[in-house]
Order: sequence, then structure tokens, then C-alpha cells
Amino acid sequence: MATIKEIENQIVEEFSIFDDWMDKYQYIIDLGKNLPVIEESEKKDENLIKGCQSRVWLNCKEEDGLLYFSADSDAIITKGIISLLIRVYNGQSPKDILDSDLSFIESIGLKENLSPTRANGLLSMIKQIKYYALAYAEKES
Amino acid sequence: MEGAKNIISEVRSHFPALETSMNGRRLVYLDNAATTQKSREVLEFISGAMVNKNANVHRSMYALSDLATEAYEAAREKVRSFINAPERENIIFTSGTTASINLVASSFCSTFLKEGDAILIEADSHHSNIVPWQIAAQKVGASIKVLPIDSLGNLCTNLAESLLTPEVKIVALTQVSNVLGVENPIAEIIKIAHKKNIPVLVDGAQGVVHSPVDVQKMDCDFYAFSAHKIYGATGVGVLYGKRELLEKMPPYMGGGDMVETVTYQKTTYAPLPLKFEAGTPNFTGAASLLPALETAEYLREGIVGEELKKEERAIVSFMMEKLSQIPDVEIYGMPENLEKKHPIFSFNVKGVNAGDTAQILDKMGVAVRSGLMCAEPLINSFGATSALRASFAPYNTLEEADYFVQCLQRALQMLR
Repeated sequence: MATIKEIENQIVEEFSIFDDWMDKYQYIIDLGKNLPVIEESEKKDENLIKGCQSRVWLNCKEEDGLLYFSADSDAIITKGIISLLIRVYNGQSPKDILDSDLSFIESIGLKENLSPTRANGLLSMIKQIKYYALAYAEKES
Repeated sequence: MEGAKNIISEVRSHFPALETSMNGRRLVYLDNAATTQKSREVLEFISGAMVNKNANVHRSMYALSDLATEAYEAAREKVRSFINAPERENIIFTSGTTASINLVASSFCSTFLKEGDAILIEADSHHSNIVPWQIAAQKVGASIKVLPIDSLGNLCTNLAESLLTPEVKIVALTQVSNVLGVENPIAEIIKIAHKKNIPVLVDGAQGVVHSPVDVQKMDCDFYAFSAHKIYGATGVGVLYGKRELLEKMPPYMGGGDMVETVTYQKTTYAPLPLKFEAGTPNFTGAASLLPALETAEYLREGIVGEELKKEERAIVSFMMEKLSQIPDVEIYGMPENLEKKHPIFSFNVKGVNAGDTAQILDKMGVAVRSGLMCAEPLINSFGATSALRASFAPYNTLEEADYFVQCLQRALQMLR
């Protein structure tokens, strides 16, 4: 299993082939379209992260000490970025998730999407992922 | 034609922000219902006043303070004449439309609203013309009634008569909704309310921008608007109120400048309008309403006004035509008579998130609003959780509308 940093580096590498924003966004949009949709049964209000611009659902499961996420959003760009986050975080340990800084988002030029002013739910989602990680980390210790 | 082009480029040269870029593209700023760009006259006034007129107002015995107070009071006089209020005492400076409405909701309702009473608001209200009334109603155990809109975004004026029951103690109207852009028939509703002796507040935040306002002709009891939506500074608003009502209302906030004499036990208040202006106001910002409203007059008077009106009407027809040609589009606010449509266009395209579209447009230099637009109940009533809005100011052009539509089509292609 690759580490969080290794997966982040892979993503940065993949994004380096795009020389304009349009191709990059088209790629994210396509990722969003291909993200397996969260099961309707998991689209519960307690999994809902509400932003002014879009809504995000996040669900977390633990298996053998590793965390697995599924998520959805009504905004396709948000969903594309979520799919990158899930790729980075799925199957990682709570501790590694807590230690991660997600600097790849800035490296691939998507930093503005995580700005608190965008109110698209992404920042809250990352916070929520870390809360889950913290809760599982505490359970283990 | 050439002359018209010259006039428009001359107008645009007054707004330095229009010459800037965003994401490497020429800025096409279509979020004017949120805030307008400032004219050079306003910018020069503000930086000049910070140097030459900066002393606290209404307080001191030196020439610099006189200059500051004169500028502040000159702006009050300008506001008075701009909306044709009878006296300077009718004009209270606040921090914005929101603060103006909160002032009335708090002060008027604390005196005139009791348990079992009601407040009538509009279905197309901005949150700032909903929440203050809810807070006031909750305090005394009163209720909120809503004047609905039809599916095209027209206010159901015919229901006003039956909704204005004796329990209703105040009506809060919206001249032009920040989502729908439809000019509401407020004069008609004010007449019905006044027949029943119910006072009416009008949220003019959008309405004041595109056409002249005469509060005496409109006969509203309160009128609220923001400076920053009409080329002025942020953090400044206006509340117009009829004198007899303002006299009867208790102060909203206590502090300096709003008092006559103070002992530790009791205070007598300053006369209007200062009674409602506690503390050091944003005096430079408020004073900037003078050049800001002069800018507004420049944009609506004479040959410039004529040309810009023509351009605005062309933009409205163009936008309504082009938007309605988009497959699966839903446009919010389609009055039968397009003369009633201000250049504010909110819509959704089925299957496409408004925030996504706004992000792609951002990359092309186009600034538009997406989301709930501080009108969640209205957006929800359309079965939506967000919408996209392009809102034009008098300095925007048909050419920009055309560029917006092209960019929109490209964004939709990417997102569908």
C-alpha cells in the first residue's frame, strides 16, 4: 500500500501534463462524473455537510485499523476533488491521516477550491475526515 | 451608434476596477447585485477625506472637525434630495440595509408589536428582510405572514388585502428582489396597507440602483438601502423614516452622539436623526454617499442616462432570449412585462450545479454569484438548493452580456 505522500506525488505527476486550466478542470469534472456515488442509504442528514454553494455527503468505515471513505456532492467539481481526496486517504491509518497536510492540492493548482470563502463544503469535509481519524485513533489507543 | 459607444466607454472610464483583470482575463464583473464597483470620484473623495477631513463628527471646536461634520451632513442632504425625503431628520445613517431593517424591526416592534400580532413579509425577501422580523416577532410572541409569489416570480398582490388582517402591525416589502430582479408593485400594496393604518418598510437595496426613488410619492414609511450597492463605500447604509414614526420609536443603540444630557440614572436623547446614530459613525464612508449619488445621477440623467437605459433594456431582452434558449434551463423572475425586469438574471440548468458553472466562468474572467444568495426560502421554493446569478450595473455592456453567454455555453459543455 502506497503512503499518503506517495499517492499525493502520483497525483501531482498526473496533473503536470495539463498546461491549461481548462484541461485540468475537464479532468476533475470527469473524475467527478466517475466517482462511485455514495449509496442512498448513506446519504443521511448526519452525513451531510451543508455549504452555501453545494452539499457534500461523507461516510467513513473502519476495517482492520484502516479507514475507508465514500462521499458524494451535488457539485461535480467538488466531487472530482473529493475523488482525489478519497484516493489519497482510502486504506490509510488514522494516524497517517491525522499527520497528512494535503499539500498536493496546492501543488496541482486547486488551492482556491479549499478556500473557506468558497463555502463548497470541501474544507468542512477534510475537517470531518480528520475528526473520524481522531475518533478511531483514540478508540485504538 | 458610434456616439453611443463613445458614451459607454466614457462611462466605463469612471470605474477603474472595470479595467482590471481576473485569472489573466479582462474582468467582466456581473455581481453588481452583491456590490458595485466604485467611481473614480468616490475613490478620490475617500482618499482625500481621509487626509483633509479626518476628525470625529459633531464633537469638537476646531476647523478640521467642522470640515468632517460638514461633509457628513452634506451627504445626508444629498441622500435627502436623491430620494426626495422632506427633511434631513428623515435620513439616518446606518451600516447598511441590514442594519437599517434591524433598527426598525427592533425599535418599532419593541413599541408597537405585542403578543398575537403579526408582521407581513414577502416570499422573495432577502434574509435581511426576514430574520430581523423573526427575531422581533419571537421576542413578543408575534407571528410572520408571507405574501407569496407566483411561479414566474410576480408578487401575488391580489392576496395583500386578505393577508392584511388587524393583527398585522407592520409590512416589510422588497422593491426589487436580489434574485428575481422583478420590480414589485409596492405602491399598490402600500396603499392597501395605509387604508388599514399599517406602516410599510421597503427594502430598496436593489431598487434604488436602477431607477429614481421618490419616497414621498411611494408613500412608504421606511426605506432602506446600502451605499456600497450604489457606488459608495461599504459599511454605510441609509434608513429613511417618516418623522412621526421615528419620533415615537425608542433609540436602537445607546452611546455617544445620540444623547442630550446624561446622568448615571437617566438620559435624554438627541433629536432626530442623531438619536439613532450612537457612537462614531463611518463618517468618511457616509460622506462618500455625496459623490456616489452624484455618480448615480450622472449615470441616469441626460444623454448618458438615455444611452445607458437603452443599453440596459437591450441587455434584458438579449439575456432573457439567450437564457431561455438553453436546454433544460429554469429562469427565476420572468414578468410578463419585461419593462418590470431589472438586469438581474438568476437561473439553473438541470443537472448542472450553479457553483460549478460559476467556477468555470471565474477562470474566464467572469464574476457571477452562485448559491443561495441570502434568499434560501425563495430558492428552495423553486425546488433548488442553489442558483446562478448574473447581475448588471449601468456600466455593463451588451458586449459583456454576449461574452457571458458564450462563456456560459462553454462551461455547460464542460459540465454536462
